[in-house]
Amino acid sequence: MDLILDIGTWISLLIGSFFLLVTGFGLLRFPDLYTRIHAGGMADTLATAIICFGLALQSGFTLISVKLLFVVIFVFLTSPTATYALAQAAFVAGLKPRLDGFEGPSEKPATNNDDD
Amino acid sequence: MRTLSLFFILLAVWLLLSGIYTPLIIGFGVLSCLIVVLIARRMDVLDKESFVFNLGPKLLTYWVWLFIEIVKANYDVAKCVFFPRKYLRPSLFSVKATQKDDLGKVIYANSITLTPGTVTVDLHEDTILVHGLTTGAAEGVKSGDMDRRVSDIMGKA
Amino acid sequence: MTIFSITAFAILVSVAMALARAILGPTAYDRILSANAIGTKTVLLIAVVGFMNGRPDFLDLALVYSLMNFIGTIAVLKYFKFGTLRGGLSDTRDKDL
Repeated sequence: MDLILDIGTWISLLIGSFFLLVTGFGLLRFPDLYTRIHAGGMADTLATAIICFGLALQSGFTLISVKLLFVVIFVFLTSPTATYALAQAAFVAGLKPRLDGFEGPSEKPATNNDDD
Repeated sequence: MRTLSLFFILLAVWLLLSGIYTPLIIGFGVLSCLIVVLIARRMDVLDKESFVFNLGPKLLTYWVWLFIEIVKANYDVAKCVFFPRKYLRPSLFSVKATQKDDLGKVIYANSITLTPGTVTVDLHEDTILVHGLTTGAAEGVKSGDMDRRVSDIMGKA
Repeated sequence: MTIFSITAFAILVSVAMALARAILGPTAYDRILSANAIGTKTVLLIAVVGFMNGRPDFLDLALVYSLMNFIGTIAVLKYFKFGTLRGGLSDTRDKDL
């Protein structure tokens, strides 16, 4: 029984780590702010849920699992709000998304509105 | 009624998080919950929108459905990170939210943001401006499936 | 267990990538996004390190950090948008988009 739980933890944590690395890679690779937001959303949702699930397998039915559940719920409730605030602030400030697809990471950066 | 349920929810959260069940600590918990409830009453933040639990059990089935959507969307975005030339087709479009009250619109907009691949950029009246990462993600929002489900759970309230 | 170390390492590498994006920019919003992403990963790192050392009490810190991360992001965005933390957000809507 312990072995099955350990294997479950291994698998979930490995999947979570994989998605975290993909998130970091996407943050570096995507061409403009709005596409990077999508990449950041991956770490907020599936990676958090699956890593906390893997940790909960180790602790069993205790208050620790409840705390892990609270972490997931808080992140799931707050992350879209923060993302929306960020996207809306950038949009209102006049940062236009690039809609022409992907032309390589070394393209010119998106319109720079640092002083807005 | 809302005040009472807020008190009991806060107390349940306290008991679940503290894990120390001596009379002194539980007394502190009851006291701080009471103070929070009093402040919330005084600030008048306890309106209909701040109380989501009367949406009923349909909310649970919606969360399960939403989680499956999130898993699928994560897979799509991960594909997009590795093969951007093939999959990355950013688009900006607006959809109509058919929910009547603000709470439904917020649930809908936040659900769109929560699934990677689509992000709510702006929410004004009942128009939601969405940024989609791939054509598949954009079509998924345009088809209105999520909108219908959110309207469904809001209809009960 | 080894898997906790592996996960912690993956989280740290991911944080390094987000940090690189925060340094590269180019806009301030990219940097706020990176800060938010690093915050989420820190929550996971605290939880995993707590389990790694056999001290799951660290989860309380993770809980508090997830809330602080949200409030911090909102505060920085608001400060960045208005140049002040005073007043409400209610009058932002009427600007033409």
